[in-house]
Amino acid sequence: MKKILSLVLVLMLALSAAAMAETVKIGVFEPASGDSGAGGKQEMLGMQYANHETPTVEIGGTTYDVELVYADNGSSTDKAPSAAQSLVAEGVSVVLGSYGSGVSIAGSPIFADAGIPAIGVTCTNPQVTAGNKHYFRICFLDPFQGTVLANYAYKELGVTTAYCLAELGNDYDVGLVHYFKEAFEGLGGTVVDETFPTGTSDFTSYLSNATAMGAGVFFAPCSIAYITQIVAQAASQNAAFALLGSDTWDSNVVIEAATGTNLKVYVSTFYQEGGAPEFDSGIKAWLNEDSEAMTNNGGNDMIAAVSAMGYDAYYVALEALKAAGSTDPKAVNDALWNVTYDGVSGAIAFEAENGDAIRDTAYIKTANTADGVWEFVTVQGVE
Amino acid sequence: MFQTVLPYILSGISVGGQYALIAIGYTMVYGILRLINFAHGDVFMVAGILMVYITASGVPLYISIPLVLVLTALIGFVIERVAYKPLREAPRMSIMISAIGVSYTLQNLVLYITGGLNQQYPTVPWISESVTIFGATTKVVTLITPVLTLVLVVMLVWLINHTKVGMAMRAVSKDFETSQLMGIRINSVISATFVIGSFLAAVGSVLYFTNYTTVIQTSGAMPGLKAFVAAVFGGIGSIPGAVVGAFIIGICENIIKGLDIILIKAGISSSMLGLTTFSDAFTFALLIVILVVKPTGLFGEKTTDKV
Amino acid sequence: MKQKRKITPGAVATAVIVIAIYAAVFISEQFLPPTSMLFTVLKKGATYALVAVSMNLLNGFTGLFSLGQAGFMLIGAYTYAVLTIPVSQRAAVYQYYDGGIIQFALPVIPAIILAGLLAALCALLIGLPVLRLKSDYLAIATLGFAEIMRSIFQWDKLGPLTNGSNMLRLFPTFNDFNIKNADGEVVVYLSTLIPFLISGVCILIIVLLIRSTYGRAFIAIRDDEVAAEAMGINLAHHKRSAFCISSFFAGVGGAMLAMYMNSVQAKSFTSAMTYEILLIVVIGGIGSVTGSCLSSFLFVACSEWWLRFLDQKQVIGGWEVPLLRNGFRLVVFSIIIMIVVLFFRKGIMGDKELWDLFNRKKKKEGAQG
Repeated sequence: MKKILSLVLVLMLALSAAAMAETVKIGVFEPASGDSGAGGKQEMLGMQYANHETPTVEIGGTTYDVELVYADNGSSTDKAPSAAQSLVAEGVSVVLGSYGSGVSIAGSPIFADAGIPAIGVTCTNPQVTAGNKHYFRICFLDPFQGTVLANYAYKELGVTTAYCLAELGNDYDVGLVHYFKEAFEGLGGTVVDETFPTGTSDFTSYLSNATAMGAGVFFAPCSIAYITQIVAQAASQNAAFALLGSDTWDSNVVIEAATGTNLKVYVSTFYQEGGAPEFDSGIKAWLNEDSEAMTNNGGNDMIAAVSAMGYDAYYVALEALKAAGSTDPKAVNDALWNVTYDGVSGAIAFEAENGDAIRDTAYIKTANTADGVWEFVTVQGVE
Repeated sequence: MFQTVLPYILSGISVGGQYALIAIGYTMVYGILRLINFAHGDVFMVAGILMVYITASGVPLYISIPLVLVLTALIGFVIERVAYKPLREAPRMSIMISAIGVSYTLQNLVLYITGGLNQQYPTVPWISESVTIFGATTKVVTLITPVLTLVLVVMLVWLINHTKVGMAMRAVSKDFETSQLMGIRINSVISATFVIGSFLAAVGSVLYFTNYTTVIQTSGAMPGLKAFVAAVFGGIGSIPGAVVGAFIIGICENIIKGLDIILIKAGISSSMLGLTTFSDAFTFALLIVILVVKPTGLFGEKTTDKV
Repeated sequence: MKQKRKITPGAVATAVIVIAIYAAVFISEQFLPPTSMLFTVLKKGATYALVAVSMNLLNGFTGLFSLGQAGFMLIGAYTYAVLTIPVSQRAAVYQYYDGGIIQFALPVIPAIILAGLLAALCALLIGLPVLRLKSDYLAIATLGFAEIMRSIFQWDKLGPLTNGSNMLRLFPTFNDFNIKNADGEVVVYLSTLIPFLISGVCILIIVLLIRSTYGRAFIAIRDDEVAAEAMGINLAHHKRSAFCISSFFAGVGGAMLAMYMNSVQAKSFTSAMTYEILLIVVIGGIGSVTGSCLSSFLFVACSEWWLRFLDQKQVIGGWEVPLLRNGFRLVVFSIIIMIVVLFFRKGIMGDKELWDLFNRKKKKEGAQG
């Protein structure tokens, strides 16, 4: 076995040396399978479109081709470390991702050890960036999003009892429910929170629980796989409460499940279609040309907020590479702190302690269940 | 109190009926081959995926549903011929490992075909509609499931007790070798068992996925395990036992999910205890208890090992 | 009846090979870039080797078909993680539980041993009722036990101890064994050698156990339970000890897995993990320690490294290879496994060991010894 190993090693080294010419590699650390697969694919679409639009970058006077290197973290924290390692082994200069906070946290030490910076696209749990200097993030955080949603539910929807449902062991869900509960109870409301085991498909009893407790909103910040089930089952129970969702809900898959029902659905998100018309028309044209991309987007050309975020993340990475003037990961890491970029989802700059994006607004959307589209409601802040 | 508990019991009966249809496949195969067919839950999931793809290609439902039932039965037949038949003389552990391998293969195949994305199950008209019963709203399929399950079980029991194939099945499960000596064509009997089991799993999948509309490669794993527990609970090898076990497990599981709320409403506890965490674990706890207390299950026959 | 055991050429050859492997690991770690996938594979492979051997001890040598491995690994991983997170980091990890109730941290080695002991204790308790069951009933009961464990560790009310269903992290990992100088630069890399050492020692203990009278009793039980009992082997006692010993090492393996993964979460210890380990044992050969070790490394290398290219589009000379896209790796992989299960039922090694390969010529003489 030693022989085989050493042979393969020599081959690997030879190959990686040959591939180094004039190419800068950006790692894409996203789930392409598992519960968050659909969301991860939409986030990747943004990056792929941005790569399609701007395939080269000028670093220190030389033009480099940008190559996206993919690693599927399978939406699971036990597959994440080896997926992260495979990106490190490929010699990427910077990493984008992931959709889902748990996998980002699990992959983070691998990037830290290799000295490679990572840019979180839509992982909102504070733990992703807290206490480290290599993980950055371009989206808002859970304490912010949880508070925004609590405010919206209590003040705008006039609800006093909220039912929260989180997946066991999903840092994203559990974190958001925690901060939502804190804010909602701070406002004077009552919160009932429960959890469900991974792989659940029967949510009828949880919906019955919410009805029994007289909840005004059903807040379930889960993965898309579960959201579609919850929406469909809430519809068949004629749920009286409104469904409240976080950024994961902002997807055409969810709106399709809600179309033709009597449900009230509200979500908070990063981007509203129409915010950047040029980007909208560009990515739609690209989606319509590329049948595989279309399939990954769920079969139509509605733009998911995570795609816009993925698009911005790609350009932030390019800005960092330009500012660093080198493809060396350490130089990119140092340069990232001062990168500013005016993206389609708003202006992006990093605060100096953890490398979180400075953001103070979220979009609230509602589902138009007759026409099957998301409608803009308001821009909501913490106050 | 009744009003509080009713929705959970309704959900439980519905999911219990669907477990029952899967559990029959387990119990029949075990009765004859003494094999835990770990791949059975995945056959159930594959039936769901087939339905998604066949309907998406434009085939109307009145053709696609029978087509899915037939194809799934065929898959069951093929799995037995390819993965279990060559191992008939091998130790029992080998066949069980082969079953785990088949389960792994089916899941990965579906992962590859779907690209790891959730597939939306097509809406079957009428049974997807909502109805209100005693103030609780649910889908028609919830009410249809137990009825259809019972009808199918009665037919199956009749088949086993009154036809030649059924008699052969009973003989083989009683004594494998002797029945072979008596001229029973063992391979056809085993194939028939797999075909029937897979067919019922396909019926279960139509009902199940109409209720819970997303299909993914892991969709079959949990229902499969629970159905197996149901089969053991009822006494493996016994079809009525599997059905009773499935309903008990389905109802218990849903009551656990609502137990916090029920306890609060009944004034027994004042805060949430997080008991929903145990909705899956409870099934297995029940299994261990029954195995230790009465290893043959509720309706199982006592067997003795010969030296 | 003690006999003086001669040092066979097989034992010598095995020792030489093992030492050579360790030296190769140590040297390659110093000179190859630490980011190479090779080291990921070696670390995970060493961990899986121990778990596979512990499962083999039960399934292959004692004939108890248990599917509870993931549950015992879970116990080990959590014990290790909970006991070793530095006190200063606990507030960050137990963010929803005010830093948790445990406010001390143990060194790595005692924590690993405790991880094994707790797993063995649980095995003892669950073994009392469950071990009376026959083959497949035992399999399904232990599988259920693993699922129950997973739920208990995720229970919110145990949060101050287990952090609920949330991730445990920031505990010492393999990388913390690298020796660093004052500037924080690594001088000597040990992060791959350490897992090799831990699992090497454990596997050595298992091998010695199997070759003792105790181990022969296990094999006798596997071959014929009734006959073994008639020969005066205490069935219940031996089954229980095999179960506890196997669980002890599964617990240690769980602790190692935690160190490899950098974080632990009950969610990932599913029955799929047990199946994976079972398949490793089968591919290696049921009843062969060497086989389990070899196939662990092969399995991990194929799934994490060598077959990864199947998941991405490949263009050879302008021709795009069909079928290649995400997930294809696993399809190829499962087909290989089915072929092994169906046509190479003995696996790589059958029930042979490394030293048997060298001793074969002398088998006739050695038969009475």
